[in-house]
Amino acid sequence: MIELKDVRKSFGSLEVLKGVSLTVQKGEVLSVIGGSGSGKSTMLMCINGLEPIQGGQILVDGTDVHARGTDLNKLRRKIGIVFQQWNAFPHLTVLENVMLAPRKVLGKSKREAEEIAVKQLTHVGLGEKLKVYPSKLSGGQQQRMAIARALAMSPDYMLFDEVTSALDPQLVGEVLDTLKMLSEEGMTMILVTHEIRFARDVSDRVAFFHKGLIHEIGTPEQVIGNPQKPETIEFLKSVL
Amino acid sequence: MFETSLTWNDILFLLQGAGTTLAITFWAVLGGTVLGMLFGLVRASAPWWLNLPVGFVLDILRSVPLLIQFVLANSFKSILKLNMSAFTVGCVVLALYTAAYCAEIVRGGILAVPPTTRRAARSLGMTYTQDLTNIVFPIALRVALPSWIGLTLGVMKDTALVLWIGIVELLRASQIIVTRIQEPLFVLSIAGLIYFLMSFPIARLGARLEKRWREND
Repeated sequence: MIELKDVRKSFGSLEVLKGVSLTVQKGEVLSVIGGSGSGKSTMLMCINGLEPIQGGQILVDGTDVHARGTDLNKLRRKIGIVFQQWNAFPHLTVLENVMLAPRKVLGKSKREAEEIAVKQLTHVGLGEKLKVYPSKLSGGQQQRMAIARALAMSPDYMLFDEVTSALDPQLVGEVLDTLKMLSEEGMTMILVTHEIRFARDVSDRVAFFHKGLIHEIGTPEQVIGNPQKPETIEFLKSVL
Repeated sequence: MFETSLTWNDILFLLQGAGTTLAITFWAVLGGTVLGMLFGLVRASAPWWLNLPVGFVLDILRSVPLLIQFVLANSFKSILKLNMSAFTVGCVVLALYTAAYCAEIVRGGILAVPPTTRRAARSLGMTYTQDLTNIVFPIALRVALPSWIGLTLGVMKDTALVLWIGIVELLRASQIIVTRIQEPLFVLSIAGLIYFLMSFPIARLGARLEKRWREND
């Protein structure tokens, strides 16, 4: 379970999160929608400790992420994250990209790591591209590789930060299909996305972010189908 | 017997000098690269209270002519009664000088690694050191290699300056022969050819690595 309690986060004098509280249960898919700069992506960075917070508390399975003495490297093993820019390691093949963390972080043998990597890459449809370098892949393929790379750590939670935003329109579908597959397999996911229709299809709950606060949260039918707050209505009108 | 033409012994003498040149180059580049990586890492990521003084020292090493550094270091060695050979002094001075340039090359390479790529590595649970050794250094190496090869070739030629502290390397060896047989152009051409033969493989090796990496990424 991921719990956010009144989380506050600032970059200098700019307050990006102004007291966000949220609970994500095991097996749940939560989509986070909202305009640019509303704090959605920042929240993900805070959840796995890539960004410090200035107030409140984030608990992952009861572990306080930002407490002194929390082993972030260990915590991150169970929280996978995929970014808008896929961030392939350019000097490694697709297979090596996925093998690296299981080998170095989990201490798997080369054979075990390779087994895991092949399995995950096949899972996201890249079984034919194992020996290829990332630069030879399309954006959609690189993004799926990044997903496989995160999955190879067998995380309990997956965070997706606008993973289709940097892709050409014709490549968005293949990545969304991969996400859908994961949600059907029961992966716990927080999905920051601009794909409202997709969010409606795969999510258990949807949260609407506006100016660093959650304005509405509930089932897709409630938040997207029947929004109550004027900000939500206006935002949905602008994107649908 | 006084020979006035180039003999086999002269060629051997030149090759011995070339060996000394190579040895000094090897130690200077080895020491300079190891130190340069350390200093480069400091320059790229350390807090200001460490970065500033290190940067200042490196600036001095880069700004004072190498010849002056050799002569000063050799004199201080004598004043302090250090038990070091001129060869060691030459290697140490040249290594520090190399380190100063190498640090900037390494710094540039490290800064060329996108922060988002490093963030992705850390998000997989890699430690700071694992990120450095598995992601940052390999990517930085590809960026830095051409400049590093250039630096190595430059250092090989800079070794000629150690003749001022009494080391007989390739250039000094050829001077000695010139003094005897009075054929400066001929002897210097041979010395030049030997320098070229030593540099060329290094340059080729660099070009080959570069090509192989470019094909991949």
